[in-house]
Amino acid sequence: MTLPLFWVFGGIAILSGFMCITRRSPVASALWLIQTMFSLAGIYVLLDAQFIAVIQVLVYAGAIMVIFLFVIMLLNLGRTKTTDMVGRPGQITSLVLGTLMTLELFVLNKVIPAEQFRLPEGTMATMTDEMGAVGMIAEPLFRGYIVPFEITSVLLLAAVVGAVVLAKRKI
Amino acid sequence: MKTEYIALLMLMGLVVITALGMLVGSHFLSARRPTKVKSTPYESGIPVLGGTRERFSVKFYLVAMLFIVFDIETVFMIPWGVSFRQLGLFGLIEMLVFVLILLVGFIYVWKRGALEWD
Repeated sequence: MTLPLFWVFGGIAILSGFMCITRRSPVASALWLIQTMFSLAGIYVLLDAQFIAVIQVLVYAGAIMVIFLFVIMLLNLGRTKTTDMVGRPGQITSLVLGTLMTLELFVLNKVIPAEQFRLPEGTMATMTDEMGAVGMIAEPLFRGYIVPFEITSVLLLAAVVGAVVLAKRKI
Repeated sequence: MKTEYIALLMLMGLVVITALGMLVGSHFLSARRPTKVKSTPYESGIPVLGGTRERFSVKFYLVAMLFIVFDIETVFMIPWGVSFRQLGLFGLIEMLVFVLILLVGFIYVWKRGALEWD
């Protein structure tokens, strides 16, 4: 059951990603991007990462997309006819970038991850049964990775200060 | 893959079918006699004042940005709240440090007047 569902969600993700980058209207692009993020949430569930899937929907498909729509509104991107990838330089840039990213995909597919990044099959499923989908995140996050967790708050603090400095320059 | 998610999958299918049904149904069943008034955008019965493609103030962006930051703070609080008993006092102090650092940001935002709307 998992594999066919993976193909379905992966297919939807790729299709909507393609639609996202080919739409002329920025708002239509943003809506296709939401579709991509929802399909990724489905893939996270298939990977037994339920908490991440919920956060994907709440934060990415919800909050981050609101930011994207705000940027579209603020920059007043109506229905623009042109893109910034035009002419010979644009074609060359997109060709080089596209080739690089495709090559990266091939390399990533070949690489075998290091020992500590590999879990025996079914580890996630049994851990979810033992501690619950959220408890599985909480245990390592608040015990093993305490310093990164605390530093995250400093990162968020920097984001707050940055946003205020950029947007409230006048006062 | 958990069997509980079958229900969610069924809901998703139902949503897609309903949405498509509404679009297709209204396309084939509706009678279209457009007039000039009918074609104007609906603005709660008030005559249209101008184009919708106006430039919005950057103040909206600031509010959205602040929302995201404190939204992510809440995301970290959910697993902490779920495992509160297992983590005990250690977890409480840990989360207190986290919230205190972000409180500095909140006080900064407040004192800079970023929450004032003018």
